[in-house]
Amino acid sequence: MEEKIKAKVMDARKIKRALERMTTEILERNRDLENLVIVGIRTRGIYLGKRIAALIAQAEKIKVPVGVLDITLYRDDFSELEAQHMVQKTEIDFPITDKDVLLVDDVLFTGRTIRAAMDSLIDLGRPRTIQLLVLIDRGHRELPIRADYVGKFLPTSKREMVQVHLDEIDGVDEVLITEPVEIE
Amino acid sequence: MKILIKNGRVIDPLTNIDDTLDILIQDGRIVEVKAKIDTSEAQTIDASRLVVTPGLIDMHVHLREPGFEYKETIASGAKAAARGGFTSIACMPNTSPPNDNRGVTEFILAQARKVNLVNVFPVAAITKGLQGKELTDMADLQAAGAIAFSDDGQPVSSSLIMRRALEYAQMLNTLIIDHCEDRELSAEGVMNEGEWSLKFGLQGIPAVAEEIIVARDILLTRLTGSPLHVAHLSTKGSLELLRWAKANRLPVTAEVTPHHLLLTDQMMADYDTNLKVNPPLRSEEDRQALLEGLRDGTIDVIATDHAPHAPDEKDVEFDQAPFGIIGLESALPVLLDRLVQTKIITLNRLVELLSTNPARLLKLKNKGHLQVGADADLTLIQLQKKHTLDVSQFASQSRNCPFAGWSVKGRAVMTIVGGRIVYNALSS
Amino acid sequence: MILKHKHLLGIEQLDASEISTILDTAESFLEVSRREVKKVPTLRGKTIVNLFFEPSTRTRSSFELAAKRLSADILNFSQVTSSVVKGETLKDTVLNLEAMNIDALIVRHSASGAPHFISSFCHSPVINAGDGTHEHPTQALLDAFTIRQEKKRLRGLKVTIVGDILHSRVARSNILLLRKMGAKVVCCGPPSLVPLEFKAYGVEIKYNIETALKGADVVMMLRIQLERQRKNFFPSLREYISLFALTPERFNLAKKDAIIMHPGPINRCVELSTELADSAHSVILKQVENGVAVRMAILYLLLGGKEREDTD
Repeated sequence: MEEKIKAKVMDARKIKRALERMTTEILERNRDLENLVIVGIRTRGIYLGKRIAALIAQAEKIKVPVGVLDITLYRDDFSELEAQHMVQKTEIDFPITDKDVLLVDDVLFTGRTIRAAMDSLIDLGRPRTIQLLVLIDRGHRELPIRADYVGKFLPTSKREMVQVHLDEIDGVDEVLITEPVEIE
Repeated sequence: MKILIKNGRVIDPLTNIDDTLDILIQDGRIVEVKAKIDTSEAQTIDASRLVVTPGLIDMHVHLREPGFEYKETIASGAKAAARGGFTSIACMPNTSPPNDNRGVTEFILAQARKVNLVNVFPVAAITKGLQGKELTDMADLQAAGAIAFSDDGQPVSSSLIMRRALEYAQMLNTLIIDHCEDRELSAEGVMNEGEWSLKFGLQGIPAVAEEIIVARDILLTRLTGSPLHVAHLSTKGSLELLRWAKANRLPVTAEVTPHHLLLTDQMMADYDTNLKVNPPLRSEEDRQALLEGLRDGTIDVIATDHAPHAPDEKDVEFDQAPFGIIGLESALPVLLDRLVQTKIITLNRLVELLSTNPARLLKLKNKGHLQVGADADLTLIQLQKKHTLDVSQFASQSRNCPFAGWSVKGRAVMTIVGGRIVYNALSS
Repeated sequence: MILKHKHLLGIEQLDASEISTILDTAESFLEVSRREVKKVPTLRGKTIVNLFFEPSTRTRSSFELAAKRLSADILNFSQVTSSVVKGETLKDTVLNLEAMNIDALIVRHSASGAPHFISSFCHSPVINAGDGTHEHPTQALLDAFTIRQEKKRLRGLKVTIVGDILHSRVARSNILLLRKMGAKVVCCGPPSLVPLEFKAYGVEIKYNIETALKGADVVMMLRIQLERQRKNFFPSLREYISLFALTPERFNLAKKDAIIMHPGPINRCVELSTELADSAHSVILKQVENGVAVRMAILYLLLGGKEREDTD
């Protein structure tokens, strides 16, 4: 299966603006910044999380720790996967108990990833609150999950795919909507 | 009742015949062998495109009766022999009770008569209970019908007992067949010792466990002057010892099995218990040496060491499985395919190894050749047709055949014993 | 597909990239093992059987913890409680367990090839936890993991294995693995326990422990069993110790930062002096910790994804 690009919905400038706006929202909502920690979901959530931390540091001169969460072991579709997913390390080298955890992911879709991430976080400690930040909310939720900070609401069809590209790994900042095409 | 076998390629190594001839059989004997026999009152078999040989003789089989009838019976073993083209088989004494007294010998012969398919020649034990301690009443056993003596399955560990057995056998003009194995050296081994036993983590049986007893037996033959036959010779070293014995004109002969000629220890990676046999499958170097021994005439006989075991007994961990491979129904096809078709040996040489020589060693004067007056034991062989060895069709009760599924060219299509057709695949 | 085979029967079947994958995956599970809540829900609802026909505490416990930390249910079926004593065949035992809808079988057996035999008719993945004197793949993987943890690599290292190589499944699996990963292996022991045929594995053989230890990065000591003395593989324990025990003086011949490994259980003051066993060079307890992580990785890799057939 190949895919064709249907639309480019965000570019570097738009992504930057969205992150800045969300940072402002975070600061408004979290008075006690000393208690805030960021956990990015592998892979692109990590870099979004780091960018948010940098923006917070810029604005408030406070260094918010950023951890990495791998949710593979918490997936609920484990035995349906065609092949095993490579597990990677969860690297959260700070306690999360009684912290305000800002969970960061690139795209919010069915909500299952976030469910797995929350289960995983709760096994790691007992946060005071968990807030969710996503760059894109594309709808089609299968679980009662909602993001606290959303970069962009993007109505899509189920067939479509949303691809977030980040400079740190993809060499470019952009969000694309693609669609699979059958090859003749 | 007359049978006329017409237009076959008749091979008889003893009389050096290899020609298209007709053979007329009457009252269990060969009455005429010549180019064109015409008679109207005989049942005629068209043997054009077939090879006609003196009936094949397997001088080393285990029929398991009495005692282990769940593995094989004299009836099922005889049927397997007939299907494999063998007209005579010599059965080893490690039954339960063992064939170490007249009663067992007579029982085997009586059962064989009842089955009435192929000739069954009991080999009696050298020592009572195969214990290696006291000689059996060899003369009495011979009188009852024992054709040779062996403790096969067990070596005769005591050199002194072996010496006495050889001395005594000389008086009886009978043959001692030894299973050459130093049990202390083979110990708990389950396969050939070497690179592959190390790799598979299986305990090894070193080649020297066989060779040391072959050497001892040869020296005892030199001492006693009595003939000795080495059963299932399997190593290069044993073959070199045999060559030395023959060069020194000692009355030592030896047999090899089809599996030692065609399979090696390297093939045991899957722990297939159908490859577990004693002596074990040896190295490729040993196998090549055995093939050379076939070519240069050092080896006298090919015998199957047909050793049936029930499927359940083999369907276990490798260490726990009993030693043994069945061979009566696979021997001729695999030998034709892998030795004759590949021109490693000639068809005539194969007939010599499977019929002429075993008849000579067992002193079966009227067998192993096609002269007028000989027993009408014949094997008709089809050389060209390819087929798959399907163990589910075997007449043997057991299935422990490592050649299962092999695609081979050539097999026996008719077996005639004493002028009677006991196996016929031509009509089908 | 990450692993090419459905079963883990031996290092023999793995290639270098599969070995690396298992070791990389184990890194993640080491992190899980060090958490306060040492459990992830990954294998929830799976049933794994520990089928042990040989006494073993550490390997069995290690597999049991690995399974439990992945939330699988584990059934311990050991020799003592089994019907083997009643004369049931191995095949029947396994078929009966399979009838209870299990998802994997971990097998320890005194007969080499027993796991291969089981895999010939068993539909669930079979994991070899040590078969006779053949292989002990998870031990070799945890050893490699430990070496990599300490030395950051496997390629080019000199690993000296001392002891009863002939009867050691640990040594066999380690030799296979280390050679596949490009390490140099030296085997040392008396000729009766280190047959020359081992050269076919691409190892060097030394009968002198001093020569064998020279410049070693890793020294792996094997447990010596008294039973071997009874069978005359060596004359006496006293003589064995004098020739092949690892003492501080001998260990000085290895590299300064060399590590000491042992698959356990240790015979203190026999193959290994207490001083060394408890020294900073010893990574014996790390091996034990890593064992759980490596076994979690293997269970994860073999039980994850849809049921599959062997690819070859």
